[in-house]
Amino acid sequence: MSLTPQDIRRLGELARIRFDEEEQAALLVKLNQVFDIIEQLRAVDTAGVVPMTHPQAAPLRQRDDEVTESDQREANQAHAPAVENGLYLVPRVVE
Amino acid sequence: MSAPADAISLSVPELQQALRSRELSAVEIADAYLDAAAASTLNAFLDIQPELTRRQARAADAALAAATVVPAAAGAAGSPAVGPAYAPGSLLGLPVAHKDIFVTRGWRSTAGSRMLAHYSSPFDAAVVERIGAAGAVCLGKLNCDEFAMGSANENPVFGAVRNPWDRGRIAGGSSGGSAAAVAAGLVPFATGTDTGGSVRQPAAMCGVTGIKPTYGRVSRYGMIAYASSLDQGGVIARSAEECALLLQAMIGFDARDSTSLQLPHEDLVAACRAPVTAQATESAPLAGLRVGLPEEFFGAGVAADVRQAVDAGVAALLALGAEAVPVSLPRTELSIPAYYVIAPAEASSNLSRFDGVRYGHRATGYADLRDMYMRSRAEGFGTEVKRRIIVGTYVLSHGYYDAYYVKAQQLRRMIADDFARVFGEVDLVAGPVAPTTAWRIGEQTDDPVRNYLSDIFTLPASLAGLPAMSLPCGFGAGRLPVGLQLIAPYLQDAKLLAIASALQRATGWHLERPPAAREQA
Repeated sequence: MSLTPQDIRRLGELARIRFDEEEQAALLVKLNQVFDIIEQLRAVDTAGVVPMTHPQAAPLRQRDDEVTESDQREANQAHAPAVENGLYLVPRVVE
Repeated sequence: MSAPADAISLSVPELQQALRSRELSAVEIADAYLDAAAASTLNAFLDIQPELTRRQARAADAALAAATVVPAAAGAAGSPAVGPAYAPGSLLGLPVAHKDIFVTRGWRSTAGSRMLAHYSSPFDAAVVERIGAAGAVCLGKLNCDEFAMGSANENPVFGAVRNPWDRGRIAGGSSGGSAAAVAAGLVPFATGTDTGGSVRQPAAMCGVTGIKPTYGRVSRYGMIAYASSLDQGGVIARSAEECALLLQAMIGFDARDSTSLQLPHEDLVAACRAPVTAQATESAPLAGLRVGLPEEFFGAGVAADVRQAVDAGVAALLALGAEAVPVSLPRTELSIPAYYVIAPAEASSNLSRFDGVRYGHRATGYADLRDMYMRSRAEGFGTEVKRRIIVGTYVLSHGYYDAYYVKAQQLRRMIADDFARVFGEVDLVAGPVAPTTAWRIGEQTDDPVRNYLSDIFTLPASLAGLPAMSLPCGFGAGRLPVGLQLIAPYLQDAKLLAIASALQRATGWHLERPPAAREQA
């Protein structure tokens, strides 16, 4: 397979990363090299193999549905780019 | 040993002895290391806050002074009397430094990224908290590849870490700052993280000892996430015993990490001194140990000088009574595509949290919310991180998920099953850590394929979640260090450390020091 400049644009949109023309061209070359390695996967017969999502066989542990955390809002917002009255500020999304 | 500057030439047990006998104070030791770090030009540290370090050292000295002297534990007749502060596992007064993937209060927490260049965490990672609670004194934060994604630690924002054995060469990655700092004597031991080899490979390239424990033993709480089903905290030190001491403080159940394992208490330090096998004798401490040598780890892909050193390391295991068993891990090469699908897929999801809203970099000019996300991420992430996010986005996208992501997970199962089969025949797998010694800085900076291929021998254990170590086993061309990799069955971290300790008691490779070990001259 080979990625196209359109693929890179679409993936940049999905991943929310802006690329200029020059970056897109460079990325395309490198990603096609990377996918040359990744393509080796497709030749392997994996019929009937259960995918391994995790090194641990046991299901994820669940905790009791209890409040265990104290209010850390101020500490957590101390390094936010823009905060007002305990709220994160973002550009207007509703007119 | 009256001059505090001598502190930086001491091993961890020697530092502990000096603290116990009051020959050195924690403040004197911390100052000696802070001076060495300030004088160093290896670029191993990303943040040093001398006042914070001294405050911790003063607290350690106060605890040392307050320690009640009580008789030593039974069976230790003749050893000096020690107080509760010297309880087994205490790190009181010992300097340590953290890879800048673990968040810390006070020191910056950057993950080596422009995205977090000015970020300061409101909390400590579990690992930082536990090591601090054991009394260690934090010297600062260590350089690494951006978000731990890389094998060379040529950090585009903070600069490359230099290898103390040859300053024109890479230290390895992604825990390059940790490995270089330990090798150069800038810290006696340090934390690292290993997702696909990031503790073992830099340890090999800098001639120091590193361990990646079984997945789930070290809490990932506060460890900035790259690929969560693979990420695991580890240690780099000069010897296996020193690794065990720091790792002991790090392991154990943590409810804040959903993958943290609940296991009975295990004394890793004591394990280093315990017999490895039932047949062990003083002259043959590894008698009865079956060591698997996978043919795929000793093939044409390994440089001749690396092969020679690894053969010497294996010969040393055999000289201690171990038995060599030829085995096969037939999907070794396929671990590269499997890893480079799974890790980027998880990374693309984990790194979606960096949106310029809650923390991290926000672009200054933007048209709307979406544009703000896209510009903030474009400016905040480096080239390799963007590449992995895009690969991950692709393999998780509609129409490709089964062909790549599920396929890679099936292959991961096959790789883990190969290990399970091999460990039915042998107790340990041995081989090289990396196909070559450290390459030159700049030699393959923007060559992802070459970098990915160099991870071939560390990826299999990562995918299977197994404990693995890198031990110095001599030198290749140009007196560049070579690492011997030992991989143990699931949860056999203590046995792995015991084998490594037995090897290091009988050999001197781990005692070799680079020419730049004492940079302040």
